[in-house]
Amino acid sequence: MEIALTVIRNETKQLNKTDRFALRWAEFVLKNRLKTILFAIIVFVVLAAGLMQIQVSHNYRVFFSDKNPDLLTFEKFEETYTKNDNFLFVVKPKSGTIDQPFVAQATEEFTARAWTIPFAIRVDSITNFQHTYAIDDDLIVEDLIENASNLSQAEIAKRVDIALNEPLLAGNLVALDRGASGINVTLQYPGLSEGELPEAINSARALVAEFEQAYPDLRIALTGISALNAAFFEATINDAETLYGPMFLVLIVITWLVIRSFSGVVATVLVITFATMAAMGFAGWAGIIISPFSGSAPVVILTLAIVDSIHILITMVQRMRVGDDKIAAIKESIRVNFLAVSITSLTTIIGFLALNFSDAPPFNALGNIASVGIAAAWFYSLTFLPALLAILPFNVQTYSDKSRGPLQEAINKLAEFVIARARATLVFVGVLFIGLAFAIPTIDLNDQWVEYFDDRVEFRGDAKFAIKHLTGLYILEYSVPGGAPGAISEPKYLQDLDDFAIWLREYSKVRHVYSYTDVIKRLSKNMHADDPSFYKIPEERELAAQYLLLYELSLPYGLDLNDRIDIDKSSTRVSVTLDEITTGETRQFLKEVDAWWEARSPGNEVYGTGATYLFSFISERNIKDMIGGNIVAVVLISMIMMLALKSFSFGLLSIIPNVAPLIMTFGVWALLVGEVGMAAATVSATSLGIIVDNTVHILTKYQRAREELMLSIEDAIRYTFDTVGAAVVANALILAFGFSVLMFSSFKITGDMGTLTALAIIIALIVDLLLLPALLMLRAKPKTKGVQYVSTESTNSI
Amino acid sequence: MLALKARIQFNPYKYVIFAGVLVLASFAHSPASAEDLDQKGYDVAARNDRSDRGFNNSRVELEMVLKNASGAESRRVLEQSTLELPDESVGDKNLIVFFSPADIEGTALLSYAKILDPDDQWLYLPALKRVKRISSKNKSGPFVGSEFAFEDITGQELEKYEYTWLREEACGELTCDVVERRPLYRDSGYTRQIGWVDQTDYQTRKLEYYDRKGSLLKTQLFEDYKLYDDKYWRAQVWRMENHQTGKSTDLFFKEYKFDIDLSDKDFVTGVLSRQR
Repeated sequence: MEIALTVIRNETKQLNKTDRFALRWAEFVLKNRLKTILFAIIVFVVLAAGLMQIQVSHNYRVFFSDKNPDLLTFEKFEETYTKNDNFLFVVKPKSGTIDQPFVAQATEEFTARAWTIPFAIRVDSITNFQHTYAIDDDLIVEDLIENASNLSQAEIAKRVDIALNEPLLAGNLVALDRGASGINVTLQYPGLSEGELPEAINSARALVAEFEQAYPDLRIALTGISALNAAFFEATINDAETLYGPMFLVLIVITWLVIRSFSGVVATVLVITFATMAAMGFAGWAGIIISPFSGSAPVVILTLAIVDSIHILITMVQRMRVGDDKIAAIKESIRVNFLAVSITSLTTIIGFLALNFSDAPPFNALGNIASVGIAAAWFYSLTFLPALLAILPFNVQTYSDKSRGPLQEAINKLAEFVIARARATLVFVGVLFIGLAFAIPTIDLNDQWVEYFDDRVEFRGDAKFAIKHLTGLYILEYSVPGGAPGAISEPKYLQDLDDFAIWLREYSKVRHVYSYTDVIKRLSKNMHADDPSFYKIPEERELAAQYLLLYELSLPYGLDLNDRIDIDKSSTRVSVTLDEITTGETRQFLKEVDAWWEARSPGNEVYGTGATYLFSFISERNIKDMIGGNIVAVVLISMIMMLALKSFSFGLLSIIPNVAPLIMTFGVWALLVGEVGMAAATVSATSLGIIVDNTVHILTKYQRAREELMLSIEDAIRYTFDTVGAAVVANALILAFGFSVLMFSSFKITGDMGTLTALAIIIALIVDLLLLPALLMLRAKPKTKGVQYVSTESTNSI
Repeated sequence: MLALKARIQFNPYKYVIFAGVLVLASFAHSPASAEDLDQKGYDVAARNDRSDRGFNNSRVELEMVLKNASGAESRRVLEQSTLELPDESVGDKNLIVFFSPADIEGTALLSYAKILDPDDQWLYLPALKRVKRISSKNKSGPFVGSEFAFEDITGQELEKYEYTWLREEACGELTCDVVERRPLYRDSGYTRQIGWVDQTDYQTRKLEYYDRKGSLLKTQLFEDYKLYDDKYWRAQVWRMENHQTGKSTDLFFKEYKFDIDLSDKDFVTGVLSRQR
């Protein structure tokens, strides 16, 4: 008992430099409490005013930086052909086929009206398809279905037959089972304001609503790239509406459970609100664009911010329970926590700042916003919080029961277990680690953007509808150059292109191929009085060039070939519509296409691109970029650990419990889920910054026990578990809980990030409680010198 | 006190005169009726149209320079012959022969412009050695991949549109009448066009094209006007810029030849195969 008292006294009396600085800080804040509060509020107001400037992204391209080579290729492609933004309306009668006159009539009317959608530059459908046929030497070019209201079902059926024999339409704008047809609207946004997409999508939706009302037997789904972009925007808004509120309430409950003080809850809530709003306001001032992923920043900041406050409050309450008055308890709490709170904030900031290594701007955005939030939380927890606590009434019941609760007892038992079986624990965790690490390569990187959204986002349902009833949504674009102006009319070029199209059509996952050769073959037939034996590539360049000229002269406004053929007729575009396909399968497909062209025409400059292409490499690219970020984060964080612990070997040792959980997390994920999207790239750096916190708490306590209290290794471990064990567990649980709230995001990448981070925090907790003490035990010979430690359980019984 | 003084010095006469001036001015600038503006617009267009008429026939070689959004260029050279028909309710006859690129050399397009119906068009394909009649109601599609539609290049026939005079404004050193015209042809790709016609030579200086949703689609500039035979103004350069796609096409005309002994028999399908 005497020894225990000595220990506590020693702990309070050992004042080093940092402690003295922290004490002076606390005294200053408490003396100027009103000024501090005022200052903190001014800082908050200035930053939060930026909330008015917040911009939310309306484009999937926000996930690709302007230096991303894949995006640059895509932009070059778009400059050569046309912009790739579109709406695809899927029109399906609730029963029967599209042969029914009312369906044709609705499609014709819809096609005409679609031209009036803002920024529409082209509308394609079964009705305005330019049907060409020959009567002797006359080439007739006309809409495939015109004045549908005057046509009988049989007449329409004939035209649908024509459409199904037309490679450009069948399986693309006309369903092979005649169940649905599509109206594709190409859009060209001037890119002058963020309001362009909402304007277009609102108009498109109004059109759908109007036609569904006028034709109650029709179901019209809205997809396409512009609808995808709207979904990104709506997912951000949806998350803001559904995640932030509940998150906030839950944090209030947690704080109450831990602190049991009304004033404590009020002060904590203010701190986390200030920190979060200041960080989001910073995003507004800095012009950081919010997207579905970076939209999770408030949840992340709330979670991380609360931990600082809780640490300070816990210590304060503990001190008051052992009899300190409020002001003394606050001072003591600041003294004890100042360094730990500062270091943990710093390491977390480093982890989040490392996201700047990523190519994807939303990851950078989350990293920067969260860093500002964490810094703000640190600032408010050490200024505003103690100042406010000093003013608010704060009562704590002094301990009446002797029990430390079942949690603490379990933790103490765990300490004994690890001390007794250090080697076995090490082997156990080591084997687990190796096993999980080996599972990682089985993870499949998948970024199917339809799957990014859950059912709350309308786009997903419509996209699934389109895929089921009409055509695929994953489209790869190829530019096939002929090498010289006019080369696209060369028989060799056309033959290669046609063989390519044939090869593509045999590929199992391909649903549709749009190739210029289908146009030229049809024209060849038309030029020979529709003789089917001339449905082939023209044998001379001049023939093909002149057919093309003829065809171009006969096309109407907006339905030209300028989006398929480049300006000097040296290259054409092939669009490949893929079925539901994972990005892994897409990458395999891309490889096979490259191999096909390499075999056919070595040294060719054929290239693929498109949104599907971009997303196929987004995970790999970001993971590759983040490897550097992770290394920098690990190095910096380890250096900070060495400085903070003033020990090289402790710093080095800390790498193991800091890094091992990350690897194990991906191992667990590989075994349980098996598939991950681009979120994977971000998780290791951010989680590292977070899980380091508990290592810091454990190692500082252990070191204090060893060096200041002169305890033996075993006792130092007992002391560590006894003093910070519960805090470490609570800390991890709060953080894991906060991040798991992100699972309810309607955006899968955010959800995956939340789940993975929560998982990493829990695994890190286990590692900290098992592996770290075992490592400490085996680091030096046990039973070394030191005084005996008696748990505070007995201390309290004085 | 000052205000009071001002009241004392108030002279009602001044106000009566001012009001009178206002009334007179309002008569002078009285808001003309819609019909008047339409008539005025028509008159401006008619004066513009008639200022170039009476040449009987013409021939000109021109080069098209196409540019896409990334600045890549492509060229076509062709020759356009026009036979003017005196009746304004009938369109002109046009013959276009392509010289380059090489693979379409000798391809010849004959068209009889119609006012409110699809044009009659025939194309001779030298590689096929046949004349094909094109039956299509489309006039607004891009002409050989350029930003010009066929209807933008051939016959700006007066009766193809209805007109409204909008305003008068400076255009360069000249003063222009700004006239809106709306195509009467049902399948036109445009909802309206706005033209700037100068009041000195009655020539079009600028033309804006609006698409089906009423947005500005493209702008055409007419530059380097040259007076032929002291009678006919012809712009030597036409520039068309598509505002939506960022693509553009410039037409560079060489020397026009007028009244060169062309007649109806030079604008029949039989001559198409003999153009080169």
